Amino acid sequence: MKKAFKMPGFAIGFTMATVFVLAAFLSFFWTPYAVDGVDIANKLLAPSGTNWFGTDHLGRDIFSMVMVGARTSIAVAIVAVGIGVLLGVPLGLAAAARQGSLLDEVIMRGNDLIFAFPALLIAILITAVFGASAVNAIIAIGIFNIPVFARISRGAALSLWTRDFVLAARVAGKGRVRISFEHILPNITNLLIVQGTIQFSLGILAEAALSYIGLGAQIPTPSWGRMLADSQTMVSFAPHLAIFPGMAIIFTVLGLNLMGDALRDLFDPKQRRDRQ
Amino acid sequence: MLRFILKRLLSLGLSLIAASVVIFFAIEIIPGDPARLMLGINATQDAVDALRSQMGLDQGLLPRYWLWVSGLVQGDFGISYTYRVPVAEMVQGRVWVSLPLALYALGLSTLIAFPIGILAASRRGTWADWLVMGGTQLGIAIPNFWFAMLAVSLLAIKYRLFSAGGFPGWEDPFLAIKALTMPAFVLALPQASILARVMRSALLDTLSEDFMRTARAKGRTVRGALVHHALRNAMIPVLTILGLQFSFLLAGAIIIEKIFFLPGLGSMIFTAITQRDLIVVESVVMLLVFAVIIVTFIVDITYALVDPRLRRRP
Amino acid sequence: MTLLEINALTLRIGAAEILHDVSLAVEAGRITAVIGESGSGKSMTAYCVNQLLPRGAVAGGQVVFDGQDMLVLDEPALCQIRGRDIGMVFQEPLSALNPVQTIGAQVAETVLIHRAAKKPEAMRIARETLNRVGLPEGEFPLNRYPHELSGGQRQRVVIAMAIALRPKLLIADEPTTALDVTTQAQIMALLKRLVVEDGMGLLLISHDLGVVAGVADHIVIMQTGRVVEQGATADIFKHMQHPYTKALFKASSHVPERAARPADTPILEVRDLIRDYTLPRTSLLGAAPKFRAVSGVSFTLSKGESLGLVGESGCGKSTLTRAILGLEAIQGGSISINGVAVTAGHAVPRALRRNMQVVFQDPYGSFNPRHKVSRLVAEPFHLLDDPPKGAARQAAITHALEAVGMQAADSDKYIHEFSGGQRQRIAIARALIIKPELIILDEAVSALDVSIRAQILDLLAELQSRLGLSYLFISHDLGVVRAITDRVLVMKAGQIVENGKTEDIFNNPTHPYTQALLAAAPKLEEMIK
Repeated sequence: MKKAFKMPGFAIGFTMATVFVLAAFLSFFWTPYAVDGVDIANKLLAPSGTNWFGTDHLGRDIFSMVMVGARTSIAVAIVAVGIGVLLGVPLGLAAAARQGSLLDEVIMRGNDLIFAFPALLIAILITAVFGASAVNAIIAIGIFNIPVFARISRGAALSLWTRDFVLAARVAGKGRVRISFEHILPNITNLLIVQGTIQFSLGILAEAALSYIGLGAQIPTPSWGRMLADSQTMVSFAPHLAIFPGMAIIFTVLGLNLMGDALRDLFDPKQRRDRQ
Repeated sequence: MLRFILKRLLSLGLSLIAASVVIFFAIEIIPGDPARLMLGINATQDAVDALRSQMGLDQGLLPRYWLWVSGLVQGDFGISYTYRVPVAEMVQGRVWVSLPLALYALGLSTLIAFPIGILAASRRGTWADWLVMGGTQLGIAIPNFWFAMLAVSLLAIKYRLFSAGGFPGWEDPFLAIKALTMPAFVLALPQASILARVMRSALLDTLSEDFMRTARAKGRTVRGALVHHALRNAMIPVLTILGLQFSFLLAGAIIIEKIFFLPGLGSMIFTAITQRDLIVVESVVMLLVFAVIIVTFIVDITYALVDPRLRRRP
Repeated sequence: MTLLEINALTLRIGAAEILHDVSLAVEAGRITAVIGESGSGKSMTAYCVNQLLPRGAVAGGQVVFDGQDMLVLDEPALCQIRGRDIGMVFQEPLSALNPVQTIGAQVAETVLIHRAAKKPEAMRIARETLNRVGLPEGEFPLNRYPHELSGGQRQRVVIAMAIALRPKLLIADEPTTALDVTTQAQIMALLKRLVVEDGMGLLLISHDLGVVAGVADHIVIMQTGRVVEQGATADIFKHMQHPYTKALFKASSHVPERAARPADTPILEVRDLIRDYTLPRTSLLGAAPKFRAVSGVSFTLSKGESLGLVGESGCGKSTLTRAILGLEAIQGGSISINGVAVTAGHAVPRALRRNMQVVFQDPYGSFNPRHKVSRLVAEPFHLLDDPPKGAARQAAITHALEAVGMQAADSDKYIHEFSGGQRQRIAIARALIIKPELIILDEAVSALDVSIRAQILDLLAELQSRLGLSYLFISHDLGVVRAITDRVLVMKAGQIVENGKTEDIFNNPTHPYTQALLAAAPKLEEMIK
């Protein structure tokens, strides 16, 4: 971890992402203004010393709403990554442990099938069936994450299965499940952390998009995507309504991606040639 | 090669069948009676029953699936619950906005990404590389619908730099392409950023391969080795991403076209969701998945053209 | 005039000094071999000649080729010389070839780059050159791809690319290291023939003294970036001066002291063993084709005996090993351990697995990098019903480590803190920890430098006499097998073609394949005499 902080990309990205995680936490206890307080007298104020990001058409403080919106974004993205990891990684490991078997074939074809449905189409289907909500957005993005994690775990696990240390474990009488958890999983965690960071940032983008088109978070759940949707008709005369939530998305995603890239460089075996 | 194509065709067929099953049953588990929905609460039970049998709703799940799929094959998508017109008619004009938009964006993404990816890889560690890496990082982070929204509201509506959207139809292809240019560009931006990064890293990987050294030992210059040996090999991972991108672009297209007031599938499907016009949702989703699967098939074939290891000798 | 003369060459990459004051020469029509262990700087010396150095490398001194100092030439001038006047052959023929281009295109490329001919003429030259290197037109049309060829054939293509324009100098960097013994001999013979036919100079880089001894006119021995000794081959063999050279020679032909006392009781008996692989279907209808990797193999290994298993890659020896270890199901025959037979369709019971352990070839891939040595070494305890715990476990780990010359303190380290030789010792400790009777050594010393290899062979011999172990020693290296085994099995295409006492087989091979193998194997001892 110390090594990671020596990389400027990681340090900057980590700081950027942390700012938003902290803001989300803080919003549970304190925001500059109450986000449900309608104050028509102060509507559409430009950014100023009292309202840093200005106010919206109902006079709510945008800075406070961005803080609370971070909660939704982070929650949706984390749970969606969790779904992807918890279901995708075991599937990928199982497929690799039985390479070429019927199980492998079924898992991989299932993956291909889900890949044919972009997250948005999954969200459309789910919303058409159950109606729009933040939970449905989580499920849609989560389902999309499953094949992503299944695929990279399988690929990495397959190359590990050919390594001699796995053979040695088999000679020691260990079964495939045990080897998967004892030898394979610890050696793919780096890869999973990198992919997790990237899927986390993609999740934030996807949540914003889904909420923006009305398939995600609904009133009264605050969300960056919904703030953008609400601002749509007013952007031409009050651009701050769209600019600040948008910048929040960019800032968080950028931070996470910088972290992911730095970690990838750090973990990349090509960078650490201890063999030569 | 022929065997390879046949094999891919078979898997294409299987994917389509699997996708249609998933979509059909996802929609079918919804409670509620479409016939009742179409006729309204005041309709008599007889009328509802008559409509049910007319729509085939009184049959079992499997016959209904079969009815739906055989209809799809013949271009009959069923009848919209809300508008009582064939879905095929509703879809027809709109497909030719969404699909060209996604393909246009795919083309733009490639045109932007390849040169800058190659530039960054061949000038690794220079300011050009840093600029590309930084710029693409930003390009990935910017939500394209946000960018589109600002572009339309500020540049088009407020400052009137270009038309705010709308679509004149394909009678005049030049005007049609012009109307699609700005949306396609906005749509392509994040994908181009990703693709440029993939291109760069694939090229860098290839540049460190042994056969690049072989080429230099034969007397190739650095640039000659890059052009004659690295590019084609680097295309293999790039193609994978290119194939995946189409599905993102298609999904992105139905969001972006809403912002640019383009009469594509996007506005139709969102209306259908709010009106619970499920047959429309079902058909449009199937249509989009169909497009994605076809593009995946084309990418697979291109793959084999680039990499001889994938095609087996007969 | 000397074709290539390297004078006081130095090379630094960043702060590291890779080469110090290296001087050597190559004459036209002659072969100069540079020998050294890994890290000796032998390959870097070769890359200095045609200036294909890694980024940030700075060379000093002189590399005079054909009257020009290569170190002062600019890049365009170097591109003119590379491929036309200096050809190069690499270690890994598969990765040295572009996988998406045909072999014809790649050989013709050499001609086209230097504008020596137009496309059709270049293709004709490519055809002719491929014929010259032993890839005749009928079997090897120009439109073949590298993945459709075997290792030896690929190396011939690489050679064809290098000699297409009949260069004055050919540099070969470990050209046969990745190849089997018989192929190795053929490639060496081909290089020698080309040198004679074209009057070309050859700078041959190798770690294997035996391989080059038979062909080189001049030998240069390098150690840690310096030339420690050089001279005409015959002179070098007669009057070795430098201690390193002497050690290298001694290690290459090292025979550990063994006190073998094989008993008559068999520990391992293999009867009519069959192992089939199912191949991918070639047609939609009909059964999937099968490949018989091991076909009716029978042999016996006695307690305290050391049995060699020799064969080239793809002969089925690895498959046989995996079947014995119980890692793969067998389709026929039986494997008996201590008299208990396992037949097709049955898994090897734990009680039997306890009696055997394995040491693999790659000292880097044999250990999970995330575990400490104590955990790595103790892994086979999984096979015991009542494995030792706490202090007893630690004592067993210490005991095993000390038995292989490591220390108790090493158990708390991670594997990346050890060198290749030390790792192989730890691998042996892991095999010993549950006190098995049989250890399978799967190319266990093949990846090691000669001096380390000699130490490990001594250790194996010592352990065998002390603990009464039985070894199944699998190797492609006949010299090593001769040094450490009592009996030898020769395997080819899934079958044992010869089986007998080691000395008998090496002195009087009866099967033609064994004869071919032995004829191809480098014979260093004879050179020294």
